[in-house]
Amino acid sequence: MPDESLPIDEPTGGSQSAAGSILYLDGVTVSFDGFKALNNLSLVITPGELRTVIGPNGAGKTTMMDVITGKTRPDAGDVLFDGRVDLTKLDEAAIANLGIGRKFQKPTVFEKLSVEDNLELALKGPRGTLATLLFTLSAEAKDRIDQVLHLVGLAAKASLLAGQLSHGEKQWLEIGMLLMQDQRLLLLDEPVAGLTDAETAATAQLILDLARDQSLGDRSLVVVEHDMEFVRSLGAKVTVLHEGSVLAEGSIDAVQNNPRVVEVYLGR
Amino acid sequence: MRSFATRFLLTDDRRFWRGFALAGALFLVAVPLLNLLPGEGSALHLPNYMIPLLGKYLCYALLALALDLVWGYAGVLSLGHGAFFALGGYAMGMYLMREIGTRGVYGNPLLPDFMVFLAWKDLPWYWTGFEHFPFAALMIVAAPSILALVFGWLAFRSRITGVYLSIITQVMTYALMLAFFRNEMGFGGNNGLTDFKDILGFDLASPATKLGLYVATVVALGLSLLLCRFVVASKLGRVMMAMRDAEGRVRFLGYSVTATKLFAFVLSAALAGLAGALYVPQVGIINPSEFSPANSIEVAIWVAVGGRGTLVGAILGALAVNAAKTWLTDAVPEAWLFFLGGLFIVVTILLPDGLMGLIKRLRQTKAAPEAAVEKKHA
Repeated sequence: MPDESLPIDEPTGGSQSAAGSILYLDGVTVSFDGFKALNNLSLVITPGELRTVIGPNGAGKTTMMDVITGKTRPDAGDVLFDGRVDLTKLDEAAIANLGIGRKFQKPTVFEKLSVEDNLELALKGPRGTLATLLFTLSAEAKDRIDQVLHLVGLAAKASLLAGQLSHGEKQWLEIGMLLMQDQRLLLLDEPVAGLTDAETAATAQLILDLARDQSLGDRSLVVVEHDMEFVRSLGAKVTVLHEGSVLAEGSIDAVQNNPRVVEVYLGR
Repeated sequence: MRSFATRFLLTDDRRFWRGFALAGALFLVAVPLLNLLPGEGSALHLPNYMIPLLGKYLCYALLALALDLVWGYAGVLSLGHGAFFALGGYAMGMYLMREIGTRGVYGNPLLPDFMVFLAWKDLPWYWTGFEHFPFAALMIVAAPSILALVFGWLAFRSRITGVYLSIITQVMTYALMLAFFRNEMGFGGNNGLTDFKDILGFDLASPATKLGLYVATVVALGLSLLLCRFVVASKLGRVMMAMRDAEGRVRFLGYSVTATKLFAFVLSAALAGLAGALYVPQVGIINPSEFSPANSIEVAIWVAVGGRGTLVGAILGALAVNAAKTWLTDAVPEAWLFFLGGLFIVVTILLPDGLMGLIKRLRQTKAAPEAAVEKKHA
C-alpha cells in the first residue's frame, strides 16, 4: 500500500517490534523550551484495535496526537505507520493521505458549508488543485455520503450549514468526515468533551460500531479522553500517560487499581 | 456536453442570469446606443467623456472582482493588488509606447521619448518584444502572475496569514512604487508612460476607439465574472471557503493549503493585470502612483462595501464607491476622504455583508413579511 517514494525507516532497537503494527511509537521525546512534553514515549497499536488513552492535564496526550499527525516534529524517537512508513518526515497533508485521520479536541467543521459539503470535502479521492477544480460527484460517492450521514445520525440535517449544528452533532459530523476519508487509523481527541449524557452514550455506541465494522478493511481507533465512565463504556485496552510517558497499560479495572495511577490522579 | 455547460455556467441560477442579461443589455447595448444615436443637444445623449469614465469604473470593478476571489473566498486579504493592476498597466503602456514610433517629440524610431531625454543609446533588454501586441498581451497576464506566484509561494509556504500577510503585501506594492519612481528602472520614472497615440492602429483620441475599449472592458468583466463563478462553485471553491474558516482542518483532510491559496492568488493577480491593461489606454497614462499602498486599501473598501465573498457584490461596490467619488470630489472635494472613512465604519458596523447582504435582507423581508411580523409578536 505505501508507495516507493515514502520515507522508510527501519526501527532501531526498542523493546517491541514494529512488524505487524499499524502505529508504532518508540522512545519519542518532544521538548518545548526545556519542558519535556513527551519523554521517551512508546506505544504500539495493532490493526483493528480500539485503544483508549487517558492521563491528567499536561500528560502529553495532545502532543502525542500532534506528533503522529505531523504537526509537531519529535526531537528523538521513531514514529512508524504500518510498521514501516516514517511519519516524522511527512507533513500533515501527506500523513492524512496515507490513512491517518484526526478529530480535534474542539470540533472543527466548516461552519459556512453544508453538512453534506463537509463530508464531500473529506471524501477520499485525488487532492490535486486541478483535479479538485474539475471534480464531479459520482453516484457512487453520493451513496457513500448518504451512508455516512445515516451512520453518524445526521441524515435529516444534510443540507443545513454545519455552523447550525449542536456541539454534539458537530462532533459526529467530524467523525463522519474521518469515515469519508476511509482512514485506517482514527485518532479521536476528547470526542465527548462538553456533551450531554445522552450524547455521550450515543457517541460511545458510534465508536463501538466503528471498531466492530471492519467492512472496509482493518480500522484502528485511538480515543483520548478524560471521562472515566466513557472510557469504561468502551471496554477497550487503556493506556495511562503521565508526564510524557506511559505510566500503565491494561484493562480499565487493572489500571484503576494500579497504585501509581491512583497516586497520579488523586495527588500525593 | 450539456452537463459541462451547465456546470461551467451554472445555468440553474436563474436570478443570476436575469441580472447578468440585464447588466449586459445596459452596458453593451443601452450605453453605446445612447452615446451614438441621440444628437448632441438631446437630454438622452450620453456625452463622449462618459465612455472612458465608465470604462475606468469597470476596470476598477474587475480589480475588485479579482480581490474578492482571493479575499472573500480564499481568505487571503491582499493589500497589494494595486501592484498587479499596475504591472498589467505598465505592460500595456510599454506596447503603447512602442506604437508611437517616430511620432514622438524626438522622432526616434526605437527609443521612447523619456529614454532619448535621458540620453540612452539602446533599448533596455526587457523592452524587447513589446512592439508586438500578442507578446504584450501575454506579458499583461504573465508579469503579475509570476510576481504573485513567487511572492505567494514564499509567503504561503511559510504559513504567513492574516494581518501579517496583509502587511507584507503593502510592503510589496510600496517597494515596487519606489523602484518604478527611479529613472534607471527604464519605465519613465516619476512621469511614467504617456502620450500614447494608437492601439492596434486605431487612434486613441477618436470616440470610436474609446467606445471599442469600453466594450472590450465590459466583455472582459463579464467573462471574468463567469470564470470566477465557475471556480467558486467547484469543489476547489468549497476547499477555499473551508480553508478561509479553518485552515488547519483542511490540511488534515489532505489538501494542500499552499497550492490552493497560490491558485487563487495567481488567478486573481492575472485578472488584476488584465484590469490594469484595459485601464491604461482609457485614462491615457500609467505612472508609479498606481502602486501607492493607499490605492490597494481602497480596493479592499470597494469589496467590503459591495459584500465579501459574493463576486457580484465586489463589482457593485467598486461601481458605487467610484461613482460617489467622482460626484463628491467634484461637488465637495474636501469631504471625500471623510466620506470614504465614514463609509468604511458604517459598512463594518451596520452592513457586515455589504450591499449584497442588504439586498438579501430586503428580499427576505419582502418575501415573508407575515412571518417577520409573527416573529416580532412571539
